[in-house]
Amino acid sequence: MGQIELSQVTKGFGDVTVIPPLDLRIEDGEFVVFVGPSGCGKSTLLRLIAGLEDTTSGRITIDGRDATDLSPAQRGLAMVFQSYALYPHMSVRKNIAFPLKMAGVPEEERARRVEAAAKVLNLTSYLDRRPGQLSGGQRQRVAIGRAIVREPKAFLFDEPLSNLDAALRMGMRLEITELHQRLKTTMIYVTHDQVEAMTMADKIVVLNAGRIEQVGSPLELYRRPRNLFVAGFIGSPKMNFVTGPEAARRDAATIGVRPEHIGISRDGGDWKGTVGVAEHLGSDTFLHVTTEHGMITVRAGGEVDAAHGDTIWLTPDPAHVHRFDAGGARL
Amino acid sequence: MATQHSRAAARLMISPAVALLLIWMIVPLTMTIWFSFQQYNLLYPDRTGFAGWSNYVYFVTDFRFAPAIRNTLVLVLGVLAITMIGGILLALLLDQPFWGQGIVRLLVLAPFFVMPTVSALVWKNMFMNPVNGFFAHIAKAFGGQGFDFLGQAPLFSIIIMVAWQWLPFATLILLTALQSLDREQMEAAEMDGAGPLSRFVYITLPHLTRAITVVILIQTIFLLSVYAEILVTTNGGPGTASMNLPFLVYLASIVDNDVGMGAAGGVIAIILANIVAFFLMRAIGKNLDA
Repeated sequence: MGQIELSQVTKGFGDVTVIPPLDLRIEDGEFVVFVGPSGCGKSTLLRLIAGLEDTTSGRITIDGRDATDLSPAQRGLAMVFQSYALYPHMSVRKNIAFPLKMAGVPEEERARRVEAAAKVLNLTSYLDRRPGQLSGGQRQRVAIGRAIVREPKAFLFDEPLSNLDAALRMGMRLEITELHQRLKTTMIYVTHDQVEAMTMADKIVVLNAGRIEQVGSPLELYRRPRNLFVAGFIGSPKMNFVTGPEAARRDAATIGVRPEHIGISRDGGDWKGTVGVAEHLGSDTFLHVTTEHGMITVRAGGEVDAAHGDTIWLTPDPAHVHRFDAGGARL
Repeated sequence: MATQHSRAAARLMISPAVALLLIWMIVPLTMTIWFSFQQYNLLYPDRTGFAGWSNYVYFVTDFRFAPAIRNTLVLVLGVLAITMIGGILLALLLDQPFWGQGIVRLLVLAPFFVMPTVSALVWKNMFMNPVNGFFAHIAKAFGGQGFDFLGQAPLFSIIIMVAWQWLPFATLILLTALQSLDREQMEAAEMDGAGPLSRFVYITLPHLTRAITVVILIQTIFLLSVYAEILVTTNGGPGTASMNLPFLVYLASIVDNDVGMGAAGGVIAIILANIVAFFLMRAIGKNLDA
């Protein structure tokens, strides 16, 4: 079990309110990703759930039990830190066994559970090494191992992949998702990387300045962003926003079109523009086009042959034009 | 730039300093060893010449020698015990956030700046004096009597004085080590269910081992040669109760005017220091490897 509910939770440091009243419900077995720009309060929110920070007001319940005033250990959650926070003077085996030792699990069972966790994470041959002798990815796995041996109600991940290089990050992303499929335990994952959020989450929580902007499945957020912030944050490359007469023509203050929903033509279309930088990725080409409505990014096929300075015409797909009012809310 | 040429140049440039340090060390050492085998008593300038091992024999068979060795070791161990335990506790305390932290940390260091003679005299006259001392006043306020610290417990009193002086040093080194402890590690331990005591034993203390080793090594070097505090307080007495090896060397060479025997004592002190260093490095030296 691992159902977590936050009701009217706030957090302030001195006079500064980091998290205004916030409600959130996380179902058992869900993979929830908190995503937002740095400083949006997502890590603070995670630490509130972990119990490493005290709530200023509000209630946190875990499996229907009030956990607001429980110590981190009593909450039965496990956390993987950004810096891994392994104990440098202990071997991998002792690191993974530490939570069990603290819980008073007998020696034999401890050894058995450490072996089992090590097997799941491919760490068996490293059990007697110190963390200092491991690579970044291996350390990450040890940190996860230390979390899973306790069989917690939920896992909390605080930007666990941000210290890894790009290739390793992709591998670990798959491993963590795979682990979730296997364990079916609730996972809460904090990241600033929307690609991680889109690929891993069952449910994404987009945060901005401590407020929840939108909660939903990755595709829901992609298809129907509730406001300008979510629209701009989810999706890569970013959604194009156009204001002025072009938006007024569609009865909106701002319209947004994703780069993949714009057609290009040499002969004619809605918006005329000049190609700036063209980024060829092989499978796709991202064109940065200067138009009278501002800079527009377009995703075209890999075979598109557009050079710097070419004149082309852009046509947004009317079915995929998002309209927003003056306050930034979706129309 | 580690070419053959640059390395040769580096050696050439560094050689004057090395030579100077070598002379600085070798000359006094050789002279001490030389004197220790000579008849050299300032009261009898006519008796000179090679003395063989007799200086060593006299020094070692002196009735004060055995107590001096024992006192030296008790003094070192006693001060180490007090400064290590007290230093860790004080460092933990000072690591907590509180108002006026900067000033307090500065003040804690103050005893280290007081000269050994001055601090020993202050302790002797203002605190431990059985009639007018601070402790005697406290005892009297509770209807007791002043305790004659230096008369009844001379070695213990000196241990207290020296420990007071070295406590700030231990505290400061341990405090800096504490401050380099990763906060996320502590939080991880907290999530793992470790209480405050377990966190101290399993996380904090292992993190401090290297700093503790450094403090023990440095303090031992200085504590083996404690001298000024004894000179201005007990003069090694009563009897031999607070006599240590450096003080015995002083008695032999200055009070008894026997330079030869003093030099022999000096050589024995060097040997003792090396024995201590050997066991110390075997016991805790591996903590210094990264």
